[in-house]
Amino acid sequence: MTGGSLIALTLCLPLLAALAIWFVGNSPNQRDAVTLITAGALFLVVLAILPLVLADLPVELELLAPVPGLKIAFAVEPLGMIFAGVASFLWIVNSIFSIGYMRGNKEPRQTRFYVCFAIAIGATMGLAFSENLFTLFICYEILTLSTYPLVAHHKNDDARRAGRTYLGILLGSSIILFLPAIIATWVFTDTLSFATGGIMTGKVPHVIGSVLLLLYLYGIGKAALMPIHRWLPAAMVAPTPVSALLHAVAVVKAGVFTIVKVAVYIFGLDYLRELALADIALYLAGFTIIVASIVALRQDNLKRRLAYSTVSQLSYVILAALILSPLSTMGAALHIAVHAFGKITLFMAAGAIYTAAHKINVSQLDGIGKRMPWTMGAFTIGALSMIGLPPAGGFLSKWYILLGALEAEQMFALAVIVGSTLLNAAYFLPIVYAAFLKPEATDAQDHEHGEAPLPIVMALVITASATILLFFFPDLALHLAGMLVGR
Amino acid sequence: MNVVLPHLPALQVVIPLIAAPLCLLAGRASLAWTIAFLASACATAAAAILAYQTLHHGPISYHMGGWAPPWGIEYAVDSANAFILLLVSGIATVVLLYCPSSVSKEIRAGREHMFYCMFILCLTGLLGIAITGDAFNVFVFLEISSLSSYALIAMGSQRKALTASFQYLIMGTIGATFFLIGVGLLYMITGTLNLADLQTRIPQIQDSRPLLAAFAFITVGLALKAALFPLHLWLPNAYAYAPSGVSAFMAATATKVSLYVLLRFTFTLFGAEFAFGELPLHWVLLVPAVIAMFAGSFSAIFQHDIKRMLAYSSVAQIGYITLAIALASQAGVQAAMLHMFNHGLMKAALFCALGCIFYRIGSTRIEDMAGLGRQMPWTFAAIVAGGLSLLGAPLTAGFISKWFLVQAALEQSLWWLVVLIVASSMLAVVYVWRLVEALYFKEPAAGRKNVREAPLSMLLPTLLLAAANIYFGLDTRLTVELTGNAAVLLMQGHM
Repeated sequence: MTGGSLIALTLCLPLLAALAIWFVGNSPNQRDAVTLITAGALFLVVLAILPLVLADLPVELELLAPVPGLKIAFAVEPLGMIFAGVASFLWIVNSIFSIGYMRGNKEPRQTRFYVCFAIAIGATMGLAFSENLFTLFICYEILTLSTYPLVAHHKNDDARRAGRTYLGILLGSSIILFLPAIIATWVFTDTLSFATGGIMTGKVPHVIGSVLLLLYLYGIGKAALMPIHRWLPAAMVAPTPVSALLHAVAVVKAGVFTIVKVAVYIFGLDYLRELALADIALYLAGFTIIVASIVALRQDNLKRRLAYSTVSQLSYVILAALILSPLSTMGAALHIAVHAFGKITLFMAAGAIYTAAHKINVSQLDGIGKRMPWTMGAFTIGALSMIGLPPAGGFLSKWYILLGALEAEQMFALAVIVGSTLLNAAYFLPIVYAAFLKPEATDAQDHEHGEAPLPIVMALVITASATILLFFFPDLALHLAGMLVGR
Repeated sequence: MNVVLPHLPALQVVIPLIAAPLCLLAGRASLAWTIAFLASACATAAAAILAYQTLHHGPISYHMGGWAPPWGIEYAVDSANAFILLLVSGIATVVLLYCPSSVSKEIRAGREHMFYCMFILCLTGLLGIAITGDAFNVFVFLEISSLSSYALIAMGSQRKALTASFQYLIMGTIGATFFLIGVGLLYMITGTLNLADLQTRIPQIQDSRPLLAAFAFITVGLALKAALFPLHLWLPNAYAYAPSGVSAFMAATATKVSLYVLLRFTFTLFGAEFAFGELPLHWVLLVPAVIAMFAGSFSAIFQHDIKRMLAYSSVAQIGYITLAIALASQAGVQAAMLHMFNHGLMKAALFCALGCIFYRIGSTRIEDMAGLGRQMPWTFAAIVAGGLSLLGAPLTAGFISKWFLVQAALEQSLWWLVVLIVASSMLAVVYVWRLVEALYFKEPAAGRKNVREAPLSMLLPTLLLAAANIYFGLDTRLTVELTGNAAVLLMQGHM
């Protein structure tokens, strides 16, 4: 099979799955089987693309060009490969988790849930493989729209209000800031294609370039740079599988992925170095890292704490991209993958706790580790990865970002990373401590419970193991990240 | 064929014109519908052939009754009006396909044949305005289309349709009268009514006061017919209370034809140099256009009747078209023509879809529509497609015209305009979203749990129009080529 048809498959599979799920919606077993089989097939197809990318062969697909010069086209490059690989693999795991969670909690409207989920994954694949900003923008918007019904899933006032915030901020920022930035890029450069070394050098005056950088940073709202981050905590009203795959992996990573992609392939690192504003943007990212961590410290709701942790971790990627050294760019790419594994583990653990013990707050978790050893064990690994301690994968990306910061002599970035590591430890370790070492609390809501349902535990164990495996076998990820910066 | 082809420009208008009294004589609804539909299909075929001919063999000049211009009436077809003819007749045909079920529901029994008579007469008028090369003839057809549309709106099922129609009648008559005064002044100072002839004579009298007066009267008259802000007051009620099919047809075509005449008179007859160089038409059009974009969209957001909402949205969309005209460049004219076509498609699709809903629940108010999206999934799909096109989402026709509009603005480095265009599109996102949210994310009211999908005869044309919104967002060869050609002709002052 050629590369082009493989790309077409990655786009079609989730969409066909969405249709199939809709048709067999009345039979939960068939419906869930469709999800699982498609997820597996999708991962295999993405894997089949990998050798082509590693061999540096072109993998391209051009669908159509509605207006001369604006085309819907796809091309796989290393960063997109990492993102698509991570997202498609985690879709399998998350589907196992979803089945346990949605059935365990007897959630309503499960068919719609799985349909929207599949469409969101299809959009993520398209986004990862976009050849140009136009295609990327379309996939970006489809991703927003297809995840809205998931956020508003519960249909109560809370969910509806959160859904409005979600849609308003994401659609608003993308149309008011992102789209004009794309149009302006087109006007100055006559192209929107991602190209090695960027497309702006010599074509865009520095003043305009600086404005564009700001427009991109804030317009790509999915990257949740403060103050465009409020949609993410709001999205936590969704069922936990949504928070796990979409708001820890697909949607938020789509944001930082886009930023890295724009930085590397649209601006070009050399051009960004000439912009005085790039330094200020670095401060903005650093600010978000620290402030979001401090906010996370004060959240008692576990999912909200995780959400603010995500806001903070996303800005790691932005910070790493803006340090503008090849090593830190590699770190940015790695962090997209590594954080995905760690954070999905944490969210799944939160979902497991909710399903088994019906607890949602950090303060309720005293001694829960004895009842749910697997869940809290996986949680611990995820937490270690967030903090950046070996033997969790989080160490890897942090290490590269630090090396890059040293290489570029960005002392501010260095200080931010060190400071936030402490903060990360401060808001994660107490949970681990309380779960395992504190005596079990007894209050009125307590009831006898054991470990979460098997599919949930399986999913948790898989992602937690993957987090550790990434630390011990980082070669593939490193290689792809190296290709991104031409090393 | 050799007998027919040379007379196509005449047949374009004559076929529907003859069909109108036939409809009346037919007496029965089904027979009248058949006549109207056949006539409209023939008109579409004629328009398609004319468009093909103009694209490949250049403009066509047809002399009515063999009387050579400037004495006789000339029908002049080029890419610009062939494009409009195609839009008007095409939409009419699809809407007629849609009409039988909705008309039998909304029009009092025994009057259906009159409805078809008026409908096809309105089509005749609109086609005539577009095709004729004679200034007075434009007025005649303008009156034919206006009078028939007053009657059509008055046939709406609510009593308010009568006041809406009366309101439109007053405003429309003022507009037509202004236009006639303008044409009269032109005739007085040049002694001719033939547009090509007028074009050669106007430069010789550039500085005369009557010419300025004629220009002002014609522009204002046409702006009234085109519902350009602040002369749009007749439009929301007219669209809201007209029968479904009429709303779809008029929203898609009527204002577009007036805008086309505005283009023709401004660029070809008076010349861009005169209108935009010596006179401040740029600002006269630009400022109301921008206000229309915002005021129309803002008003749309707060409407409870979705037909009114779409009507206000039309006011905003007409603002975009006028804005493109105000840029007075080839790219601007092309963007205007493109948006006329694409906006026609989206409004036709949306009004048809609303007609489907009205057919089932007898209301177009947003609170009555709660949760209908799941019970009428295909209608809902058409609304989503039309709505996306309306807000200019990529992969839809609406994106194409917005893209060309933005390009035309950037060509003149009008950055702030681009910002305004994008910002007003945001408002469209809000009102389209309101509709989608009500239809899909709200729970249906107690009495509306078992609403069925609309009948196939209404659904298919609606879906066809919705699909056209997607198709012309993906394959733009036809529209971009025709409008590109038209823009060149209009700007060069070709007649």
